[in-house]
Amino acid sequence: MTYAGDVAALARKDLLLELRAKETLPSMLLFVVAALTIFHFALPRGTGHQAALGLLWSALIFTALLGLTRAFVPEREQGMFDALILTPCDRSAIWLGKALAVLAFLVAAEVVALPAFAAFFSGLDGRTVAAVALADLGIATVGTLFGAMAVAGRARELLLPVLFLPTAIPIVVGGVGGYLWFLVLYDAIFAVFAWAAFEYVVAEA
Amino acid sequence: MISARGLAKRYGDKRVFAGIDLELEDGGFLLVTGPNGSGKTTLLRVLARLAAPSAGELVLPERHTIGYLGHEPLVYRELTPLENLTLFGRLYRLPERGERIGMLLERFGLWEVRHERVASFSRGMQQRLGLCRVLLHSPSLLLLDEPANALDADGLALLDGVLAETGHTWVVSTHDPAHVEHLATQRLAFA
Repeated sequence: MTYAGDVAALARKDLLLELRAKETLPSMLLFVVAALTIFHFALPRGTGHQAALGLLWSALIFTALLGLTRAFVPEREQGMFDALILTPCDRSAIWLGKALAVLAFLVAAEVVALPAFAAFFSGLDGRTVAAVALADLGIATVGTLFGAMAVAGRARELLLPVLFLPTAIPIVVGGVGGYLWFLVLYDAIFAVFAWAAFEYVVAEA
Repeated sequence: MISARGLAKRYGDKRVFAGIDLELEDGGFLLVTGPNGSGKTTLLRVLARLAAPSAGELVLPERHTIGYLGHEPLVYRELTPLENLTLFGRLYRLPERGERIGMLLERFGLWEVRHERVASFSRGMQQRLGLCRVLLHSPSLLLLDEPANALDADGLALLDGVLAETGHTWVVSTHDPAHVEHLATQRLAFA
């Protein structure tokens, strides 16, 4: 229960920070709606559902990247990693709390993005919604790990896209194709990897 | 409490310090002095286990028994003092943390502003909150990097009260040692 309590306290902290600062979620919402609007007018009439789905997934991945870029801003600007890693809480709890907050932001952005997509394009089926939900888990777990790595590095604005976008390719493949089991497998592998690796990301330098 | 032999730290080709030997007993007070950029902050980060030494042997207490105040107060600016200390009280597994938090906020003159965002505080008030965070879990080893930074006369008086507390081991760095010189049991001067 202690581990779960630590994770809950850390996730609550991140949600509170966003509630106060209102920096990440409004940007994500504006970006995803603007991107879908541009795609709507850019795509020729009569384009197939599969092509529209591809654009949806592109918009979601870049929206997630926008959110991940901001995920560790308080820890970076206020040196909070130092204070957090001195506490006796497991370091993976820091990652999991942050990943849950990122997941909440992704879901909030998609609550707006998916109806917008359905209105602009050819509707939305349950399989796509399930794929988006599974993709969110993978994006939050691996993206949070890479977000922490980027914060520790020098060229952090460049490092996150360079690390994250290649690992997001399988998510797009699974999402566009509707391969739900593939997404489940991706989530499981990267969740375990990120959980185990975070310890070393915030290790002493 | 702290034992170091031949302690050294390098960042790439740049040597920050080398050959530091230390034996600091429980209850001791190590005063670290030197000009800006001489390596004081890096030494404190090594002693806080926030940076690994490049060479040497180092014996330190458990990480969670250390209280570390860096150049920044290490509190979330968009949270209130109460929310910050409640979060860290939870992570330090403090029983009855509400009472301890209330006592610290009272002592450092922050009780009245406990529901206000830290972002609206002056740097001196943030430093006071940083001291509250450091003392929250009653650490046995306190590492304070330029703790008098931004404190006004009242804040300095509060800091003096903290530094006079027994039951802790202290490592305090400053470029202006006059204020704490009388407390030191050991000194380490960086050139």
